[in-house]
Amino acid sequence: MANTYVAIATQTLGSAAASVTFSSIPSTYTDLVLVANGRTDWTTNIYEALYCQLNSDTGTNYSVTALMGDGSAASSYRQSSQNQMEITRFNNSFSSNTAFGTSIIHFQNYANTTTNKTALGRTNNTPNGYYNVGATVGLWRSTSAISTIKLYPALGTNFVTGSTFNLYGIASA
Amino acid sequence: MAPILGIMASQVTGHLWAPTGAYDSIATTTVGAGGASSVDFTSIPSTYTHLQVRYLARGSFSGNEIQIRMRLNSDTGNNYARHLLEGDGSTAAAYATASGSLMALGSIPAATGTASAFGAGVVDILDYANTSKYKTSRTLSGQDRNGAGTIDLASSLWMNTNAVTTVSVFPDSGNFSQYSIVALYGIKGA
Repeated sequence: MANTYVAIATQTLGSAAASVTFSSIPSTYTDLVLVANGRTDWTTNIYEALYCQLNSDTGTNYSVTALMGDGSAASSYRQSSQNQMEITRFNNSFSSNTAFGTSIIHFQNYANTTTNKTALGRTNNTPNGYYNVGATVGLWRSTSAISTIKLYPALGTNFVTGSTFNLYGIASA
Repeated sequence: MAPILGIMASQVTGHLWAPTGAYDSIATTTVGAGGASSVDFTSIPSTYTHLQVRYLARGSFSGNEIQIRMRLNSDTGNNYARHLLEGDGSTAAAYATASGSLMALGSIPAATGTASAFGAGVVDILDYANTSKYKTSRTLSGQDRNGAGTIDLASSLWMNTNAVTTVSVFPDSGNFSQYSIVALYGIKGA
């Protein structure tokens, strides 16, 4: 049996960047896994999120359902008919935070052209003095195969230097 | 080839990481036009350390959503326990069942749910071939239907020390719909 968990592309930011895009994603895998370890330059408050757009679609074709724990309570929220998918929370630079947060995003059966696309996100982020753990499911109402993934901060202007983004492909038998 | 995350950390005592075959595809089922009441993986080899089930699925049940379940080694006895932490878009809630007859994974869209929406899940069955431990699964799953849906973190226990040789995944009622896909992977230790 072949090794089926393959690194497709890696981006390590040598300077601040407003977004990270993986394009020309081959359709030869079954699932995609995107691992982000980073932080944005947002300093205003503790909240930050990772926005995702697929295939450069800026229409209101995205929705999410999320589950979050913030150290004192668990909560759930929903966003419908959005221009982007808020797929996970993310670290920011509030209160001089220098820690990087981790998000792992699964895109199941991303290359099929029959079903809408569902993504699962997991986040562990630690803005200074504030902790957040959560899970999100996102829907992109499109049957197109995913060939481009764009990530960008919900609130900040840039991802900070040193943020890393790794895209993996999983091929099934 | 890349390692799955976490495996690289196991090299610290002198193991040379062997990149080939650390994460293998064992079997995949894509449901055809007639639907399927269950996806069963049988004769699972004991040569891996962990198993992972990944799915994208929808059900034929006549409702907006239906729960998705799992059994091991075809055991239908009351030998399972399960816990879920679930968000429904407004509230976070926790559920538990002791001495049940199945494992809980979460929910998937069903017949009257948003068209073409499928639910996704990643299920880990750790140390599945060990014959001294009860088996525990952990699941991240969710289904969003643009205005409805659920997100789940689930854990289930099979109170049996047998090595897992069969994994069955199925909707709680009705069938899996066409285009549902369930895949089984094996993860090796160093």
